[in-house]
Amino acid sequence: MKQTLWTRPIYYIIAFAFATISLYPIVLMVLSSFKPSAEIFMNPLSFPKSFSLDTYRRLLEEVPFGTYFFNSVFVSVVSVLLILVTTSLAAFYIARYTFWWNNILFFFFLMGMMIPIKLGIVPLFILMKDLGLLNSLWSLIFMYTAGGIPLSILILTGFFRTMPVELEEAARMDGASDLRILWSVLIPLIRPALGTVMIINFISSWNDFFFPLIFITDEMKKTLPVGMLSLFGEYSADWGTLFAGLTLSSLPMIILFFVASKQFMDGLTAGAVK
Amino acid sequence: MQIETNTPIVKQKKTRNWKRWAIHLFPIPALLIFSIFIVYPLVAALSYSFYDWNGITRGAFVGLANFIDLFTLQPFSNMFWNAAKNNVVYFAVQMVVQNGIAFVLAFIIYKRIKGSEFLKIAYFLPRLLSVIVVGFLWKLILNPNFGALNVILGEFGMESLQKAWLGDPKTALMAIILVNCWFGIGFAMLIFLAGLQSIPKELVEAAKLDGANGANVITKIILPLMVPSIMIMTVLTFIQSFEAFELVYAMQGSQGEPYYSTDLLAVFFYRLAFGGSAAGDSTAVGLGSALAVVLFLFIATCTALLLKYMQKKQVEM
Repeated sequence: MKQTLWTRPIYYIIAFAFATISLYPIVLMVLSSFKPSAEIFMNPLSFPKSFSLDTYRRLLEEVPFGTYFFNSVFVSVVSVLLILVTTSLAAFYIARYTFWWNNILFFFFLMGMMIPIKLGIVPLFILMKDLGLLNSLWSLIFMYTAGGIPLSILILTGFFRTMPVELEEAARMDGASDLRILWSVLIPLIRPALGTVMIINFISSWNDFFFPLIFITDEMKKTLPVGMLSLFGEYSADWGTLFAGLTLSSLPMIILFFVASKQFMDGLTAGAVK
Repeated sequence: MQIETNTPIVKQKKTRNWKRWAIHLFPIPALLIFSIFIVYPLVAALSYSFYDWNGITRGAFVGLANFIDLFTLQPFSNMFWNAAKNNVVYFAVQMVVQNGIAFVLAFIIYKRIKGSEFLKIAYFLPRLLSVIVVGFLWKLILNPNFGALNVILGEFGMESLQKAWLGDPKTALMAIILVNCWFGIGFAMLIFLAGLQSIPKELVEAAKLDGANGANVITKIILPLMVPSIMIMTVLTFIQSFEAFELVYAMQGSQGEPYYSTDLLAVFFYRLAFGGSAAGDSTAVGLGSALAVVLFLFIATCTALLLKYMQKKQVEM
């Protein structure tokens, strides 16, 4: 395309102006977390005069932040593991065997991607109550596992289909069982896809707020996002501590992102682009 | 299966049969979890909508009464139409603002400006925050007295624009939608960028050789080839906006304050199912289930139509 003199500068202005809009609130959140509330009210935009960790100390002392954090880690890690195990097995079956019901099974799972599961929340609440899972982290683990299954199966099935069949046939000749073929031959080969599945599901279970809002009332069973809710109820005037809470609960995801930003971006868009 | 009489063959068949049978266990765990926690509740929600409910105990079968009440019984029907209207605005503004800006940004990055790796990360970073963090963060920024937005407007001498953004029914819904756009632009930008990058360079080159100008290349070549990613974002934005709940709940509570001006269908649904509706604190599970069914049928039908339309468009090209 013909480049006119003025298009480039305009591109740069738009691109960097929007980068500011994107980043500024996050920077503000982190900077404000080092300020006492009085300073936030007087100079909300300036750099903190001195970096005080007082807000963080109060947060950790007065709010069961460590418990929320541990609960979030536990729920996310266990559901991601369950998703990896159940969906590798199912996707292997769907991609590698040709029974007449395999396509039906595949579309049955894919249906879950178009259905807003929130709409089933009343029966889910009653189901969890009947199973004795209300106020238990397992209610969340089952929800995140179930919710992550459709997209993960879609991604893994696609990957299994690209693997050459000869590899498995060779292993089968040597007398390897299906499980051994999956574990020793295919799993190492589809590691990138497993990484994608891991990241997508980790983000969504770490950040979810809806299911713990409804299933969890016990303070000691709350995950970070619902923990935030009680923090905001109690500290509505203590902005410094609120900002510290927001920063601290977002930090693990942001750190992980900087370790593997490309995988994160590929992971989140994997579902849409296929 | 035929019964074999020759012994060695029978033995061999048996082990093979066992292996064949074992493979069918593979999809069972995923199938079980998916059916119990996703499929069953959605099917159950449908049946719940035909019953009368007191609290969360099921009463008599009432046929379509819940659906009729939802559309005619006050104050529910007013709330329903108000939330539905807000939802349409939510979807429309998000489509235009979020996806429009995302498209422009994707195009700029596609033109290979310096710093594009940094820009991609900058745009995407908000998407990593929990929606509840986004809601609370912006609630603090939009605070009428100390919030950063009004302070910035003041610094630039635009005091006349300072507002109680979330407290005024005229601006509250728009403020929430724009926060949602802030959250979603990075993701939409990546989808559009992937679409742009999949366009064969030769096509653009050939058009330029034939004397097409910039505007022509965009409207005649790039846009038509972008139809798949535009449709994907349309479907995703549609589904997301019609089940939007968290942001409103975090910023304006379950009543969609002020005066239900930020109420959405999913927020209304939450009130019906878990209390806090205008008709006292009691829950209205029957009505809630009816609303869930209506919403579900609406989303499923529209998504199916959009996808079908998308497939047709792709075939034409």
